Amino acid sequence: MSDRFKGMVLEGKLDLPFSYSAGRTASRFFIELRDHQRIMGKRCPRCNRVIVPAQLFCKECFTKTDDWVEVGPEGTLITFTVVYRKESHHPKDAPLAYGIIRLDGADTSLVHLLAETDVAQLQPGRRVRAVFSKKRIGHILDINHFEMA
Amino acid sequence: MGRRTAIIGTGQTRHCSKREDVNQMELVYEAATAALKDAEMTVKDIDAVVLANMELFEGRALPDMWCGEGAGAFMKHAFKISTGGTSGTSGAISGYYHVASGLFNTAMVVGFEKHSDGNTSAGMALTDPFWDRHIAAAAIGNFALSVSEYMADRGVTEEQSAKVAVKARRNACNNPHAHLQMPDLTVKEVLESPMLAYPVHRLEMCPQSDGACAIIYAGEELAKKKCSRPAWVRAAVTRHDHIYLGEVKNRLSTIRSLKEAARVAYKMVGIKEPLKEFDVAEIYDPLTYAEIAWYEALGFCKDREGGRLIDDGLTRMDGELPVNPSGGVISTNPVGASGTIRVAEGALQIHGKGGKRQVPDVNLVLVTGYGVYCWSDVMILSGRPD
Ligand SMILES: [Zn+2]
Repeated sequence: MSDRFKGMVLEGKLDLPFSYSAGRTASRFFIELRDHQRIMGKRCPRCNRVIVPAQLFCKECFTKTDDWVEVGPEGTLITFTVVYRKESHHPKDAPLAYGIIRLDGADTSLVHLLAETDVAQLQPGRRVRAVFSKKRIGHILDINHFEMA
Repeated sequence: MGRRTAIIGTGQTRHCSKREDVNQMELVYEAATAALKDAEMTVKDIDAVVLANMELFEGRALPDMWCGEGAGAFMKHAFKISTGGTSGTSGAISGYYHVASGLFNTAMVVGFEKHSDGNTSAGMALTDPFWDRHIAAAAIGNFALSVSEYMADRGVTEEQSAKVAVKARRNACNNPHAHLQMPDLTVKEVLESPMLAYPVHRLEMCPQSDGACAIIYAGEELAKKKCSRPAWVRAAVTRHDHIYLGEVKNRLSTIRSLKEAARVAYKMVGIKEPLKEFDVAEIYDPLTYAEIAWYEALGFCKDREGGRLIDDGLTRMDGELPVNPSGGVISTNPVGASGTIRVAEGALQIHGKGGKRQVPDVNLVLVTGYGVYCWSDVMILSGRPD
């Protein structure tokens, strides 16, 4: 069979550094998170949705968002998973739990880590609360994780 | 609608976990030459070439440059389509547009992926750098994340999910190209396989495959001359939803991109009862739960009845609407090719070249693609041009 053929295999690795600009809107989101432990969204003037994390424009209306709105820090767990295998790009060792969280006051949700990894405790609809990192640098992981509220 | 256009040839590699006997361009060449042979054409007969690939999964950019010549792109109109999991169906739709526009008389589309050459987890991590990358970079958790919500919403059970895996891997035994062929797989074995990410077991997920698939389109006159039973494209629709997981509302139950694409495609062809009217469907099932969710979104049944469809065997080879006679993506997954394979397998059923996986008397075929977090393609193929 063709797949049994053992050929030469070139092994290698590349560096892949990056310096992505966040832009004005996400920059303010990160600064609020870092300096004030506030999670901020922006409201779309047309459909009235509060979009979190804050974004420059509403993608459904193609209209610039205007008012800044503080949301959370509590919210509702929409769905979750627990990953049992360590992968190189995961932020933590397995088991790793994360979920989609609808923060109070928001109309979109946030994907974030969950401290609880016991499936029996994690159900859609459970209330959760953001726990902020002690050392904050202006990063989505300035929210360290969500705990059960 | 553009001019009448049909698929007149298809070609696939043997898909498996690692093809050390070929490099990426040679893998493309293998599928392209198989399709040319099937259509009884030479590369000179091809006016336009479209490549479909995840590009970064192989740790290599510009697949049209590095692999295009394997599809006969030398001195031709050629470029790539890269839209995540939908790459293969979007590439197929692009090839259709080329010919339907009347600007090209023939087009060849080659979808390919050589997962074993790269690091899929790194490819998945090369997403938006600010939000989801830091939490949900890897593929398995990313899909699994939507399942607990879907189960709670629609009452689907893990036994029903496992039945999809059993159906797929058994169907795959009739497909000489398929990667995972498991004639004796049972529901118990599926549910006893290791849980990768709650609630998804290893045997409920698609594999990572090396493979390529090519299809050849021709305009009406040539299609009728070259092919005794052309697979006419009757509808081709693409819809994109949001890009962040938190923005996509209830990914599996709602899947508004698939629902909307299907609604538009069904209207173009006049489909009212898809379960009855389609003779076969090749749908893009990245994992078992998605197949059940797609049954509901595609209107094969009402919401909450997807699980019953699999319980009642309505989508088995001998059911009302055989779904994925090829074994589907759950059995074979060279991502950039996975969508193209759906289209090729659909066309194959109309050509009457399905071999052991042939469904009798196929006239109307539904094909879908699924990609990124929530993007969808729908194509309808038919043995009749209108
Ligand atoms: Zn809006």
